[in-house]
Amino acid sequence: MADYKMHILVCGGTGCRASQSDKIVETFKTELEMHGLDDEVKVVATGCFGFCEKGPIVKIIPDNTFYVQAGVVDVKDIVEEHIIKGRPLKRLLYHDPATKSQVTDTAHIDFYKKQVRIALRNCGFINPENIEEYIARDGYAALGSVLEMKPSEATQMVKDSGLRGRGGGGFPTGLKWEITAKEKSDQKYVVCNADEGDPGAFMDRSILEGDPHSVIEAMAICGYCIGAGKGLVYIRAEYPLAINRLKIALNQAREFGLLGNDILGSGFDFDIDIRYGAGAFVCGEETALIHSMEGYRGEPTVKPPFPSVSGYLGKPTNVNNVETFANIPVIFNKGVEWFKSIGTENSRGTKVFALAGKVNNVGLIEVPMGITLREVIFDIGGGIRGGKKFKAVQTGGPSGGCLTEQHLDTPIDYDNLIAVGSMMGSGGMIVMDEDDCMVSIAKFYLEFTLDESCGKCTPCRIGNKRLHEILVKITSGNGIEEDIERLRVLGNVIKETSLCGLGQTSPNPVLSTLDNFYDEYLAHVNDKKCPAGQCKDLVHYEINANACTGCTLCFRNCPVGAISGEKKMPHYIDQSLCIKCGVCFEKCRFKAISIV
Amino acid sequence: MKIKTLADLKKIKAEVQEKIKLREQGENAGNIVQVKVAMATCGIASGAKETMSFIIEELDFRGIDAVVTQTGCMGYCYAEPTIEVTLPGKDPVVYGYVDREKARQIIDEYIVKGELVDGIIPVNYKTIDE
Amino acid sequence: MDKIELTIDNKTVEVSKGTTILEAAKTIGVHIPTLCHMKLHDMGIENKPGGCRVCVVEVEGRRNLAPACVTEALNGMKINTHSMRVVNARRTVTELIISDHPYECLTCAKAGNCELQQLAQDLGIREIHYEGEKSVYREDTSPAIIRDLDKCIMCRRCEMMCNEVQTVGVLSAINRGFQAVVSPPFEQNLDHSVCTYCGQCVAVCPTGALTEVDHTPAVIRALSDPSKTVIVQTAPAVRAALGEAFGLEPGTLVTGKMAAALRRLGFDFVFDTDFAADLTIMEEGTELLGRLSRHLEGDETVKLPILTSCCPAWVNFFEHQFPDLKDIPSSAKSPQQMFGAIAKTYFADKQKIDRKELVVVSIMPCVAKKYECSREEFSVDGNPDVDYALTTRELAALIKLANIDFHVLPDEEFDHPLGESTGAGVIFGATGGVIEAAVRTAYELYTKKSLPRLDFEELRGMEGIREATIDFDGLPIKIGIAHGLGNARKLLEDIQSGKSQFHAIEIMSCPGGCIGGGGQPYHRSNSSILKKRQMAIYSEDKMKILRKSHENPYIIKLYEEFLGKPMSEKAHHLLHTNYFDRSTIFEQED
Repeated sequence: MADYKMHILVCGGTGCRASQSDKIVETFKTELEMHGLDDEVKVVATGCFGFCEKGPIVKIIPDNTFYVQAGVVDVKDIVEEHIIKGRPLKRLLYHDPATKSQVTDTAHIDFYKKQVRIALRNCGFINPENIEEYIARDGYAALGSVLEMKPSEATQMVKDSGLRGRGGGGFPTGLKWEITAKEKSDQKYVVCNADEGDPGAFMDRSILEGDPHSVIEAMAICGYCIGAGKGLVYIRAEYPLAINRLKIALNQAREFGLLGNDILGSGFDFDIDIRYGAGAFVCGEETALIHSMEGYRGEPTVKPPFPSVSGYLGKPTNVNNVETFANIPVIFNKGVEWFKSIGTENSRGTKVFALAGKVNNVGLIEVPMGITLREVIFDIGGGIRGGKKFKAVQTGGPSGGCLTEQHLDTPIDYDNLIAVGSMMGSGGMIVMDEDDCMVSIAKFYLEFTLDESCGKCTPCRIGNKRLHEILVKITSGNGIEEDIERLRVLGNVIKETSLCGLGQTSPNPVLSTLDNFYDEYLAHVNDKKCPAGQCKDLVHYEINANACTGCTLCFRNCPVGAISGEKKMPHYIDQSLCIKCGVCFEKCRFKAISIV
Repeated sequence: MKIKTLADLKKIKAEVQEKIKLREQGENAGNIVQVKVAMATCGIASGAKETMSFIIEELDFRGIDAVVTQTGCMGYCYAEPTIEVTLPGKDPVVYGYVDREKARQIIDEYIVKGELVDGIIPVNYKTIDE
Repeated sequence: MDKIELTIDNKTVEVSKGTTILEAAKTIGVHIPTLCHMKLHDMGIENKPGGCRVCVVEVEGRRNLAPACVTEALNGMKINTHSMRVVNARRTVTELIISDHPYECLTCAKAGNCELQQLAQDLGIREIHYEGEKSVYREDTSPAIIRDLDKCIMCRRCEMMCNEVQTVGVLSAINRGFQAVVSPPFEQNLDHSVCTYCGQCVAVCPTGALTEVDHTPAVIRALSDPSKTVIVQTAPAVRAALGEAFGLEPGTLVTGKMAAALRRLGFDFVFDTDFAADLTIMEEGTELLGRLSRHLEGDETVKLPILTSCCPAWVNFFEHQFPDLKDIPSSAKSPQQMFGAIAKTYFADKQKIDRKELVVVSIMPCVAKKYECSREEFSVDGNPDVDYALTTRELAALIKLANIDFHVLPDEEFDHPLGESTGAGVIFGATGGVIEAAVRTAYELYTKKSLPRLDFEELRGMEGIREATIDFDGLPIKIGIAHGLGNARKLLEDIQSGKSQFHAIEIMSCPGGCIGGGGQPYHRSNSSILKKRQMAIYSEDKMKILRKSHENPYIIKLYEEFLGKPMSEKAHHLLHTNYFDRSTIFEQED
């Protein structure tokens, strides 16, 4: 085994690397060598600790001391004090702002961990194809205890927990169950909505791939609570691995008698079938989803009647999303009070986000409600890629809005996000930096909506098309100021008159960017300029004659022969030929080409 | 096997936990290395399958007593493929960007010698048990 | 029924629980504009996808606007139907619809009858603020129906009629978003689908997206060709609806004015399909009696019930969907085709003209008749028995084109010999009429007794499926009636499963029978119009001196002079047809 007695972990996450973690590693190595410790202590660069705000982070193993904001200058002290003398360096320990005390690691080893994994508790831990591993981690224990309760008692627990739908709407889950439970019918259905469609969001897929039994168990619990004997998972056909693991899990659950007749000797019968979706975004809307399952065109219908009254095949149907279900067993295993202790007053528990865009640590994260966008983006996400400036973050996917710098310290929960003009949605979170043109971003999201609108109602079918056309007009430099007002008027009408959630929220990216980046719209319209330099029709490339060395690299790479110039002499771009592909800009080694 | 009662369920849970404990702390545990490979769609797309089969072959070739299993997404999409290595008696360590080369390095240095290797992803979340 | 109380435009209104806002508003004279919504009251036909969003209203406390047509009125609701917010939204939505609609109102077949045009007018739309790309689709022309989908506004009424009412299942929404449109499967043309051409989609289309194939230019050409003798036949349901096209009250009978107008249009002879209806009864009634007596004699090969075969869409329907039943319907041709066959033989001989010089035009309440007259088996050496079938609407257009003031026309009679008819022929136009006419004749032929009564109220009505037993002097004859192909399907399935047993069944494809045909003046989802037409039909029957087909002197003469007797060889050759299994025609093609 190892000769090393100690390891020094230096955060090598991109965020920390920007704060010189590379140099810290080097300095540690030299320092250790000087003291002849390089055979006993090994320096290791790690990935991100998710605490970039206090980076660079240095952690000493095995004593688990956690140093924050450790600079190159501190290396010498760490080696001499801590490594050699064994005395932790107090000034580099984390000061808990709440208790004003220094956190020594032995006490609160997890203080820097911003994430809490409830829905993702088993993802990455268990083998999803082995039911025993799930059972070993309390699997089906919740179902077991629920089956010893009255359905109404169990439902009340879900209600008390404050769990709200994680698919986007945020409707109180327990209340939904209660409403469906009250309906009288010979047959009821539990439907799991696994038709994840937000661009960039994939938490439902991950849960089904990593922990399918948690969903199965929760559906059975739900079935018991509402009086349903049948469950259906509506899953995108594009999720083959999730489907496969779900099938394996269903078979194992049946084999173990955890699905089927007389589950755990309780007399309760429940089984689950899979229904495949063809990948239409609108089928995430529960009425459209039900129509799709029934074999009809996946179109929403007006509510009421709600599915809880008349759903699949006209029977009372409770539809919850994958992530919502994944929370259920934990509520029973850990208790309502425990669950309520996480999150905020009106939004209990955690939310899984698919963090994407211009952040360093793109990934699937689960955070307690009430965490700020800043913590998510700058700590867990490791900040903006390439050290660029943060510009906006889109939550709620194409239904959400763009939030800005001023919203960074808003605690994330259902109500706060709506209050600032966005929404929780299913948990897509896309970060944008200074290079992103907000008009183009709005256009991008609208393109998605255009593709995914079912076409049933006028505002969504034609209104969004017109909205998009106006945006195209603006980004191509043909907009007039009146167009900006049109966007707002039309956007609001679409919001107010569309049939389903898709249409009602589709103008949000436009309306929120209008609110937060009005100047950017004005620049496009009045000055015919794209401040972010993204709108091709509004920019052109120029070669700065003073900086150009005449290396001919741009000349050789230009695909349309728009660049001319003698060797070792400044080059020129013929604007009438230039197609603004940007190759010259990327190739130039002398920063002689600029986007104007 | 049908679980007929809640008591049965609890019994099975205890049995499985015992089995896992044996694997981790039993008489042979001293030699058993556990490797979990994140095999969700994102991981597989980044090459987790290749990584996993390489690790299995390599550990087998070297005669290292190990259990290599698949698991779901660990959440570190930026660093796929990711694997978690648990050495006997030690805390699990997660590594990111594990291609063949990285996997070989992890086996060479961490699994064989117990030396940590660059590219550890620190656990940055709390679990429900904390 | 529980009552609830709410406020609409500051007026308190009390309605039954379950009433929509739209209906509640109507009770106090508040007319909320609608577009996609359509309801044929009492007929169980309703289209309310809540898709057009024209009927949105403001409900106090609600975040967004509510579509009045599908939102249930709730106790204590406070509704404003014309606030700034509502009017702005309603006009914007309408502008959006128009922005994706061709500006062809001047030349559109639906001009003046277009519900979108009316809406734009009512809302005072003078400018479209959201011009942009318009959807463009390939035009689809079939033998009977033209689909011009550029004009489709996705109200889905046609889809509802085709699927829910008719259960034909040809039209359905396809594609997504801006490209969404209603289409037959795989975007094939209608003539490559199992479309029956019933025309109910045309009857309910609010715009010009679905119209009938226009045969008027061909008819005008024939009328102005001096070498041709052009004769016309008018179906019973036409006279009960044509007046509507000239602003007359629905239910006004215009038989005499219609004959006068046709004569002024230049038709050489103005005849009546009712004559052929009487002829149909002679053949079909005889066939029924023949099958019935064989059945009573214990012949097990005989097929009962006998199904009527007057309705061409119904014929298409069973040829496509119930081919195993193709031996059950009466082999008698429809009145339109019987008329054509007799006109181009018996009448042409009388006039001493070649059938090629004789042009037979029919005026039908129907779109499928256009297809029927083009069927190959209804022609001789390529010359069709009926050359052109015009709808009631096309006739109205022709009359207007010929500068005829319909209102001042005198009442005129039909010509002889093919213009005389009995009341039995007239009632063909309403659901239950064919079977009632058949009963009047079959009873007397079978019992050799005179009917004690002529009005069989038990066979009349608007209910989708009706059953009655008529006493044939001790022999109970079980009769079934269905109108609307969905009802026909139900009836057929009950027969197939052995659940129901009948001796005779009348089936009409259109709700209400021919009076509700796809070629009639647009009812604009006002089902009371259908009822008024029905009453008109029965009143004409009542006014007739002769009310039994076998008493029509010209029919008697036709048999004496030409056909011999019903079901004779000649009759068989001219007046009967056979049906084809067309359930797999598309599979064979591919």
